[in-house]
Amino acid sequence: MNTRAPTVKLLVLVWAALLVLLFVTWGVAELDLGRWGIVAAMTIAVVKMLLVVLIFMHVRYSSSLTWVFAMAGMFWFSIMIALTMSDYLTRSGAFW
Amino acid sequence: MPEATSTFAEQFEDARQQHEAVTLGMWLFLATEVLFFGGLFLAYVVYRHAYSTAFAAGSAHTDLFYGTLNTAILLTSSLTMALAVHAAQENRPRSITRWLLLTLALALGFLVVKGFEYHKDFVDRLVIGLNFNPTLPAHAELFFWLYWAMTGLHAVHVIIGIGVLGCVALLVRRKSHAPANTIEVAGLYWHFVDLVWIFLYPLLYLIDRHS
Repeated sequence: MNTRAPTVKLLVLVWAALLVLLFVTWGVAELDLGRWGIVAAMTIAVVKMLLVVLIFMHVRYSSSLTWVFAMAGMFWFSIMIALTMSDYLTRSGAFW
Repeated sequence: MPEATSTFAEQFEDARQQHEAVTLGMWLFLATEVLFFGGLFLAYVVYRHAYSTAFAAGSAHTDLFYGTLNTAILLTSSLTMALAVHAAQENRPRSITRWLLLTLALALGFLVVKGFEYHKDFVDRLVIGLNFNPTLPAHAELFFWLYWAMTGLHAVHVIIGIGVLGCVALLVRRKSHAPANTIEVAGLYWHFVDLVWIFLYPLLYLIDRHS
């Protein structure tokens, strides 16, 4: 069976890290970073996602097949965003 | 670590295979959920690109305090859920019930805060099609359509999660049937609800707030 699982100590540490990241992203939002604001906010969101997926959702401790299933949704979602934006980001005229 | 349930359904070779199948099934469902929310996220990306000024004006009208408080509540509920799964793997029923009830309480707390926030949005005239403030830029209404659709769909998932966790807690309490697998899969769903909010929070409350 699934003999490897996160310890209570690790779970609490991950939670503490998530809260620290929450306050960091809140603080960063109070600054006017221009275009870098969105980069900072999304980078922090992705780090939080990885902590939840890998530790709380046990993907780090799961089989490769589980890993593939867990990645599949995000993979197709990325394709949907990338192909759609390849249109909107390259339009030369005013289409709106 | 001893496995809580040594029994398994007859179609499986062993408990390990059953655990693998159950987990994969849930991850497959979560992949469809990613694409379900994905349509709304795609609409958000396209329209934020097209109407960035109006979207920034919209962001400035969302309530950062309620949004941040609810993020903290959901992140904490993910911890209590993970601890319930941990207790299930060690087969400690009383501990499982305690952590599940705490998770349920936090989920209800999220909805209560959401209620206060929605009420404030109503007072601030941000409800599209009902009392939307005409002095905001035209496309801010589009931002708020996405705000209501995304937070609303997420709230529906929280309510479903409360139902799922409630049923699991009842099963554990009755000791009739609550193997570790059931609790782990319910946990995967709950963590997913948390994950969606982790992205809604910066997109709706934080980005371009001060531009």
